[in-house]
Amino acid sequence: MSYTDFTLAIEDLTVSFDGFKAVDSLNLYVDKDELRVVIGPNGAGKTTVLDLICGKTKSTSGSIKFKNKELTELAEHEIVHAGVGRKFQTPSIYENLSVYDNLEVSYPKGRGVFGSLMFKNTEEVDARIKEVASEIFLGDFLDMESALLSHGQKQWLEIGMLLIQDPELLMLDEPVAGMSVKEREQTAELLNRICKGRSVLVIEHDMDFVEKIAHKVTVLHQGRILAEGDMQSVQNNPEVIEVYLGH
Amino acid sequence: MNFMYERILGGKNGAIGLAILAVLILIVLPLALDLFRLNLVGKYLTYAFAAVSLVLLWGYGGILSLGQGVFFGLGGYCMAMFLKLEASDPVTTKIQSTPGIPDFMDWNQLTELPWFWEPFNSFGFTILAVLLVPTIFAFIIGFSMFKRRVGGVYFAIITQIIALILTVLIVGQQGYTGGINGITDLKTIHGWDIRDDSSKYILYFINAFLLLAVVFASRFILTSKFGRLLMAMRDKEDRVRFSGYDVSNFKIFVFCFSAMISAIGGAMFTLQVGFMSPSFVGIVPSIEMVIYAAVGGRMSLIGVIYGTLLVNFGKTMFSETFPELWLYLMGALFIGVVMYFPNGLAGIWEKHGHKLVGCVKNMQCVSSIKTMIESKRTARLSAESASGK
Repeated sequence: MSYTDFTLAIEDLTVSFDGFKAVDSLNLYVDKDELRVVIGPNGAGKTTVLDLICGKTKSTSGSIKFKNKELTELAEHEIVHAGVGRKFQTPSIYENLSVYDNLEVSYPKGRGVFGSLMFKNTEEVDARIKEVASEIFLGDFLDMESALLSHGQKQWLEIGMLLIQDPELLMLDEPVAGMSVKEREQTAELLNRICKGRSVLVIEHDMDFVEKIAHKVTVLHQGRILAEGDMQSVQNNPEVIEVYLGH
Repeated sequence: MNFMYERILGGKNGAIGLAILAVLILIVLPLALDLFRLNLVGKYLTYAFAAVSLVLLWGYGGILSLGQGVFFGLGGYCMAMFLKLEASDPVTTKIQSTPGIPDFMDWNQLTELPWFWEPFNSFGFTILAVLLVPTIFAFIIGFSMFKRRVGGVYFAIITQIIALILTVLIVGQQGYTGGINGITDLKTIHGWDIRDDSSKYILYFINAFLLLAVVFASRFILTSKFGRLLMAMRDKEDRVRFSGYDVSNFKIFVFCFSAMISAIGGAMFTLQVGFMSPSFVGIVPSIEMVIYAAVGGRMSLIGVIYGTLLVNFGKTMFSETFPELWLYLMGALFIGVVMYFPNGLAGIWEKHGHKLVGCVKNMQCVSSIKTMIESKRTARLSAESASGK
């Protein structure tokens, strides 16, 4: 495979489930400092692409290169160690733990069995947890049991759990689902802030929100790329309009 | 010092709970009970090792093992093998056709000691074996299951089947294991008679101290980041995996550790009760251990010890009077606890204990009840007058 400058370079990626190609010879390149949004109708294969990148699903063929490192051969935790973070569609946080503990557990030190037994919460760790917490608007909720957070706050917390690991590629699956208008605005601002110095890949349905954050939009349809470009050109693309409105 | 207090004792509440437990099993029970009853408590406390192991594994880790009896039994058998060899010296066994080997081997026409029995002549090796044989066995099971992501009910069923297989194996290989009767007539450690009254006291205290040490070690694990990860894995395994942790390694570790704890209990059982048999290995004892943990509260290291004592006292009392009813009662107890008190005794204590403590402390119970009755009466009166209108 070719050497690329892209943070993420997906080439010829295919996955088939019993003959059904959920992702079909996909090519996708994401740059550093870029915030890419992937849109598409239900069943287009958006979430499957994220699953493939983070190792949840194994690809049938093709390659996924992250900083020129082949991800398809790595185990899930190794992909995370390489610098890829992924937020799930439904907020996935540890409801029994406090906001603080959720972030502490995600802190990228003491990741082995014995490392975690000997892990000490130093001032550095503590400062970092508080820094991330205020970044995700939860600075005042550190001691709250995370089950009691609102749906939107849970979404933020999960983003925070990824941010604390400082990933170079951040993947967010529907980050504003279930959020109020105000929360959406805050999230847009958050994403614009955190995409500096890293690449961010977002799946989203809310077009107003996409317009606010996207540098570039990729439209998926039946496992293939239908269109790619800035928001304006994608919205005016007749094929895209056909897919979204035609059926 | 702070480390000791927070991490090992578990802060103020943990320290108080531990102190009460320590006073109970180290001072109150030895003074209050005769030797026969105390020996019985000692036996119960050996089961508590397995119950504590289930707090880590099941309570925090969410991994239900229905095979803790396997590790309890392996630990017990390792200890029993040493004691049996010492009890089978050529002089006492001279009437056998092959003197110097355990009696059951002689009955089964064995003419020499099997190779795997040889090292159990050494007490040092035996102690190592008690700790390591079950741990290595748990590692093999854990590695082959958790790496393949077998979990939940499948894991429970497989561990239960392993318990069954091991029982069948022990019973079937009579010449090597003593069969259904187990390994009996255990007498001395390097000439120190374990059946003496004084030895029974000493063994009881060794057992009690070991149990407290195991609680300390478990507390250390649960208050570390490892402990929080265990809970996190129980709730959202994928989130932990995609936060960069190799989940299976953590599960393997906690399974091995729980096996080692249970094995210590098994070895102490053999020493205090004086024999080991397949009936402490199989499905029934393994499930009973889960019941002790459920009744005591599977999230509480201390609660499960009380749970174990309580259920076993109940078992002894009821099975003396209504032997045929006990099993049904135990089943009903388990169902009842799971349905109505999912956190067991510890949960009840957490919910209502502080009221009790507060009452005893301030003697405000009476006045608080008075106020309560008073306010109820006013409420009723006003309701009556309202409806009267």
